[in-house]
Amino acid sequence: MTSAALRSGAWKLLEMVTTPLLPSDYLDLVSPLRSGADLRGRIEAVRPETGDAATIVIRPGRGWRGHTAGQYLRVGVDVDGRRLWRAYSITSPTNRRDGRVTITVKAVPGGKVSNHLVRRTKPGTLVQLDQATGDFVLPEAKPAKVLYLTAGSGITPVMGMLRDTEFDDAVMVHCAPQPQDVIFRDELHGLVADEKLRLIEVHTDTDGRLDLSRLDELVPDWTERETWACGPAGLLDAAEDLWREHGVQERLHTERFRPGTVVAGDGGEVTFGATGRTADADGATPLLDVGEEAGVLMPSGCRMGICFGCVTPLTAGAVRDLRTGEITEAEPGVLIQTCVSAAAGACTIER
Amino acid sequence: MTAIDPTAHLTAEQIEELGRELDAIRDEVIAGRGEKDAAYIRKVISAQRKLELVSRGVLLFSFFPPAWLIGTAGLSVAKIMDNMEIGHNILHGQWDWMRDPKIHSTTWEWDHVSPADQWKHSHNELHHTYTNVLGKDNDLGYGIMRVDEDQKWHPFHLGQPLWNFINACFFEYGIAAYDLELGKNLRGRRRKDPEFRTRARAVGRKIRKQVLKDYVIHPLLSGPSFLTTLAATFTANLVRNIWTHSVIMCGHFPEGVQVFERRSIKDETRGQWYLRQMMGSANISGSRAMHFMTGNLSHQIEHHLFPDLPSNRYAEVAVKVRALFEKYELEYVTGPLPKQVFSAWRKVFRLSLPNRKPTVEAPEREPELVAA
Repeated sequence: MTSAALRSGAWKLLEMVTTPLLPSDYLDLVSPLRSGADLRGRIEAVRPETGDAATIVIRPGRGWRGHTAGQYLRVGVDVDGRRLWRAYSITSPTNRRDGRVTITVKAVPGGKVSNHLVRRTKPGTLVQLDQATGDFVLPEAKPAKVLYLTAGSGITPVMGMLRDTEFDDAVMVHCAPQPQDVIFRDELHGLVADEKLRLIEVHTDTDGRLDLSRLDELVPDWTERETWACGPAGLLDAAEDLWREHGVQERLHTERFRPGTVVAGDGGEVTFGATGRTADADGATPLLDVGEEAGVLMPSGCRMGICFGCVTPLTAGAVRDLRTGEITEAEPGVLIQTCVSAAAGACTIER
Repeated sequence: MTAIDPTAHLTAEQIEELGRELDAIRDEVIAGRGEKDAAYIRKVISAQRKLELVSRGVLLFSFFPPAWLIGTAGLSVAKIMDNMEIGHNILHGQWDWMRDPKIHSTTWEWDHVSPADQWKHSHNELHHTYTNVLGKDNDLGYGIMRVDEDQKWHPFHLGQPLWNFINACFFEYGIAAYDLELGKNLRGRRRKDPEFRTRARAVGRKIRKQVLKDYVIHPLLSGPSFLTTLAATFTANLVRNIWTHSVIMCGHFPEGVQVFERRSIKDETRGQWYLRQMMGSANISGSRAMHFMTGNLSHQIEHHLFPDLPSNRYAEVAVKVRALFEKYELEYVTGPLPKQVFSAWRKVFRLSLPNRKPTVEAPEREPELVAA
């Protein structure tokens, strides 16, 4: 008998001991970061960067597989008792000795998770993690000349790159309302002093929004530079247009934090992911009725929102709770009660 | 549906107003759910796991009488916590709002021979939607007993005090049989129904796992204490069964609780549905520990009005609900556990005999044997 077979046999026996729970349910009580557990992390410190941004130092569980500079991390945080998932760029270098990972979060107005992380999270808090992911990364072959075009918290993935890899010729154009809003300002100026970076700060409160036509004047050789851009959709859209106009779009790499806004209007097309059926729904008809009308096998129960016999994963779009008007947007793991939820724009549910 | 309708003094408008007031109570709790509630259920789950672990650990030495006593007591409490405050309430979706996949009605499994998904169907959909409606809510006597004068008497009911006692001792098996609708499905062609067979196989698998754990694996792990550990787990299951059965009997069977005719729920409004829940349920009064050990089903009335509110909130909701009972001059049926258990048992005995005088109209309903 191989040791793997022995281990799996022992595990099966343990499962018989702990049923209906799993051995991991008990192990989680004492060692939530052990190898083999769901990937989690423990927050060890929250360091303020600016008035509304902070760096969160996370000790990831043993299952953490590391990251590539520029990638992001999905974090599941319990805010007011509810688990909410958000993606944040990793700002720590890949070779950090202590194995910790940092994300840097800017509190956006009305942002539940960002405000919670920046202002209320205490060291010791356990968070859920996914492995690092994202294509906004440096190529293996170092380009000779680099431009970083960033705005606001768009600086975070780039900071991960700057801390990881040195370039002979790197320029950064960064926009922030005022000097004190520039995240990592001291560190950036340190890089400038060491002549490792040329930094152009655009302070939008005094200089106005960055007009990309000024790029010729700020960075005359920008078309020759491999460019990484991250910031609000307006800036990225304008950059994509400009790079395309000059026929150098393959040099531009962009990272968007929000993939378009969810339309929470009055009804929309409902897609039933598992069966591939679609149906038009107004904003007042429960998705349960819509599905049944479309011939989809919908689980159902009390049809009044109490028994939870109808809960179904919402995989895309948004739905409105017919009782409260509250909008629920699709996220992995979000389940909705189809009997009291109506389409709020196009949406996909897993039936 | 007793001779005098205790809600006859309410106008249709008053009933709808009552419904709106109850909706407001519900909305307030929903809006206030948060970190403290989440911390509460996590703490209870963690405490239950530790208690079960320690109790089973102590039972490894159950050969020593003090270890047997402590271990058995601990395991009984752990099993009750698992079934009541944790399992029943999570399976109701009371904690689904947390979006924690590990504490969710669709993923939870409990220390019970009825698989969670089957129980959710018969309990959440049928019992909670059709509470106390004759012929629709099989919880009314579980198909083996007559618990209202308006249920038709059958000689089979003569034995119902005994059926009820046996059901109490092996309650989890009674529930599993009931969730499978065994009585109905074993008759005639239905037993070959593939859907029924799939569900029956699932129950079989669950029973096998539970029995193997409690009566084979843990006794074996105890080595020389094999027999005493076997006796301990059997006792813990018995204690859990009798306790949960007693609590649940108190929810709908004591004197003063109303049952309803099938046709009375046709076109039922939200206000009328609420009113039926109010009149069809009974509470148990007692200390905080008492409420906890019943899984807050001691607040049965509040639970039936708002089955998906977190159980730790029923105590505060009860104050407001009780005020509404007074405002609308309705009887809030409640009492200490011994009194309510006695009241329910008295009814089981009384109704084992035919009614003294015939009721005006008896709905047709055949008794069904569902208990194991």
